[in-house]
Amino acid sequence: MNTLASRVGWTALSIFGAACLAVVALRRGETINAMWLIAASGSVFVLGYRFYSRYLADVALKIDPKRATPAVLRNDGLDYVPTDRSVLFGHHFAAIAGAGPLVGPVLAAQMGYLPGTLWILVGVVFAGAVQDFVILFLSTRRDARGLGDMIRTELGPVAGGVAMGGILMITIMLIAVLALIVVKALAESPWGLFTVAATIPIALFMGVYSRYLRPGKVGEVSLIGVALLIASVLLGGQVAADPAWAAAFTHDGKTLTWMLIGYGFAASVLPVWLLLAPRDYLSTFLKIGTIAVLAVAILISAPELKMPALTRFIDGSGPVWAGPLFPFLFITIACGAVSGFHAMVSSGTTPKMLASESHARPIGYGSMLMEAAVAVMALTAACILEPGIYFAMNAPAAVLGSTAESAATAIANWGFVVTPELLTQTAKDIGETTILSRAGGAPTLAVGMAQILHHLVPGIASMAFWYHYAILFEALFILTTIDAGTRIGRFMIQDFIGSLYAPMKNTRSWLANGVATTLCVSGWGWFLYQGVTDPLGGINSLWPLFGIANQMLAGIALIFATVVLIKMKRERYVWIVAVPMVWLLICTLTAGYLKVFSANPRIGFLAHADKFGSALAKGELLAPAKSIGQMQQIVLNDRIDASLALLFMSVVVIVFVLAVRTALASWRSRVPTAIEAPYVSIDDAPAAA
Amino acid sequence: MRRPRPEAPDSSLIARLHAAWRKAAETANLSVGVPDYATYVRHRETTHPGEPVMSYAEFFRERQDARYGSAANPRCC
Repeated sequence: MNTLASRVGWTALSIFGAACLAVVALRRGETINAMWLIAASGSVFVLGYRFYSRYLADVALKIDPKRATPAVLRNDGLDYVPTDRSVLFGHHFAAIAGAGPLVGPVLAAQMGYLPGTLWILVGVVFAGAVQDFVILFLSTRRDARGLGDMIRTELGPVAGGVAMGGILMITIMLIAVLALIVVKALAESPWGLFTVAATIPIALFMGVYSRYLRPGKVGEVSLIGVALLIASVLLGGQVAADPAWAAAFTHDGKTLTWMLIGYGFAASVLPVWLLLAPRDYLSTFLKIGTIAVLAVAILISAPELKMPALTRFIDGSGPVWAGPLFPFLFITIACGAVSGFHAMVSSGTTPKMLASESHARPIGYGSMLMEAAVAVMALTAACILEPGIYFAMNAPAAVLGSTAESAATAIANWGFVVTPELLTQTAKDIGETTILSRAGGAPTLAVGMAQILHHLVPGIASMAFWYHYAILFEALFILTTIDAGTRIGRFMIQDFIGSLYAPMKNTRSWLANGVATTLCVSGWGWFLYQGVTDPLGGINSLWPLFGIANQMLAGIALIFATVVLIKMKRERYVWIVAVPMVWLLICTLTAGYLKVFSANPRIGFLAHADKFGSALAKGELLAPAKSIGQMQQIVLNDRIDASLALLFMSVVVIVFVLAVRTALASWRSRVPTAIEAPYVSIDDAPAAA
Repeated sequence: MRRPRPEAPDSSLIARLHAAWRKAAETANLSVGVPDYATYVRHRETTHPGEPVMSYAEFFRERQDARYGSAANPRCC
C-alpha cells in the first residue's frame, strides 16, 4: 500500500516536472511566468536527489553507515566533531555558496533563459552534485585529507604538485575576477561605495566587541552589525544627495583598484579577530538571510520572465561576453552547475565533522542542489528585467556609447526595444546617475532583486534602498572572499616556496608573511588592474579565464575520483564520474583553445594581440585605446592572458595523462589498490561524547 | 552521533521550539567556524577527565585562529 502510494506520488511528480520543463523549453514568442521555471527546477532537484543520488550512495559508491568516520575516530571536540546532519548541512552550504552562482547565470542570460536553465539542471544533477558528494565521501575515507594531498597519494607526487600549483593559480584568478565585480559595481557610485566602506569601521567595532567587551558572543555582535549595516545603507542615500559628500565617495575604477589592493594587503596581515572574522559573520549571515528572503519573494510575487527563451546571441555575437553557446555557456555558468572549488570545501572542514558516511549524500549532494536553486533564482532575477535594460547594463561602453540615446539606438539594432527615458528613469529609481555598462552581474542582479522586493512590499522602502542593499550584500561577501582568499593564497605560496627555501614556510615570520602576501596581492592586483582598464569591460576577458580555471579544477577532481573508483575495483560504475569528467575536459579544452587561437579577435587573445600589434606597427591607434602606451598595454595583456590559458590547459592535460597511467595499472590489478584509512566499525570506535 | 539523548523526548510545543532554536544557533555558529561549546566540554570531561578544559572565551579564540590560520579552510567563490 505504502509502496504503491509512493510510486504513484513519484510518477505524478515526474509527469508534473516534465510538463513544467516542456513549458519552459517550448513556449516561444510570449512571456512565461517564472513559476514554470521554479517548478521545473524544483522537480528536477527532488527527483535527482531521490533517485540518482540514492543510486550513487547505495550502488555505485556503496556507502557504509557501519564504518566509523574520522569525526568519530579522531574526535577532539574542536576540528573533529561528529555533528548533527542538518547543522553540518548549514555549515557546508554556507561554505560553498558565494558570488559564483549569482554572477554566472546573470551573464549567461544574454543567450536567453533556456540555455542557462538547462545547463544548471543537467549539470548539477550529473556533474556538480556528484563531484561534491564523491569528493566528500573519498575524503572521509582518507582521514578527511585535502584534495591536493589525496591526489599526491593516489596519483603520485608529480600529479599532486601540478594540481597544487593549478589550485594556487585558480585561487588568484578567482580573487581577481571577484574584485573586478566589486569595482564595476562601486565605480562612480557614491551611495554604493559609502555603504561598502562603512562595513570596515563596523567590522572593526565588532572585532573589538567580540574580543574584549563580550568575548565570543557571535549572535549578539552580528545583530548589532546588521543593524549598523542597514543604517549605513540609509545614510548612503543622504551622502549621495549631498554634493560635497558625494564627491568624496565618487571614484573611478582605477582609484578603487588601488584602494582594494591596499585593503587586501592590510586585511591579510592584520589580526584575524579585528577585521576578517567579524566581516565573515556579517557576510555569512547576510548571505543566507538575503538568499532566503529572495526565494520567498520570488515565490510570492511570481514575476513574468521578460527575456526570451533564446536570443540571437547563441551564435556567439553577444555583447556581454563573446563566443558561441558551445563551449562558452558551460564555462560562463560555473558555480551553480559544477564548481571545482567545491572539491576543496568537500575535502576541507566538512569531512572532519561528518558523523556517519550516510550523511555524505544529503550534505554533499543536497547542498549542491541548493546552490543550483540559488543559481536558478539569480537567472530568474536577471530575466524578469526588460531585455533592453539587461543589455544596457551589461554591454561595454565601446558598443553602447556613453549616453542613454546612443545606448537605446545600439540596443534597438539588436532587436530589443528600450527608450532612452526608460534607461534614465531606471537609473533614477535606483538612486544612481547611470545604469549603462555596469558589467559584472552584480548590479543587474541588484536591479532584479530591487524590482522583486519593491513590488512585493512597496510601502517599506524605495527601489534605491533595495538596490544598494543588494549591492552591499554582494560586495560584502565578495570582500570577505578577497580577505580570506588572500590569506589562503599566502599560505599556499609560503608552502610552495617553503619547499624550496625552508625559512619561507614560517607563518609567524613577518618577512615571510610580507613577501608571500605581496606576491599574492600583486598576482590578483595585476589581473584586476588589467580588467578595470580593459576598454571591453574586463569581464569579457577575465570571466572566461576564471570559468575555464574553475571548471578545470572540477575536471581534476573528477579525474581523481575516476582513478580512485577504478582502484577500488568498482569499474562498472566509473561512468558516474568519468562522463562528467570527459564533458568538462571537452568544454574547457575547447574553450581554452578558442580563447588562445581563435582567428576572431573578439574571442582569441592572440588574434586580438595581432590586430592591435599590426596597427601599432603602422603607427595607428585603434579604439578604444587613446595612446601608444595603451595599445602596447592591450597587446601585452592579451599575450599574458593567452599564456595563462595555455598554462591552465597544460595543468589539466598533465594530470590527465598521469591519471591514465595509474588507471591502466589499477585496472589490470586483481585486487583493490585504493589507499584508504583502515576500516574501523562504529561498534569498535572509541565511545566518545 | 553518540550524544546522550533525553530519556523521554519532551514533545510540548515550547520544548520543540526551544530545540529548533538551539539547532539554528548551533548551525549559525558553526557556519562561522565556532563548533558547539557544550559538546567540547562534554568530550573533554568523558575522554580526558581531570585535564584542563578551555573557558568559552579561550575556546572561541582558539577556534578563530584555527579557522583563518591555515589554508585548510577554503571557501567558494
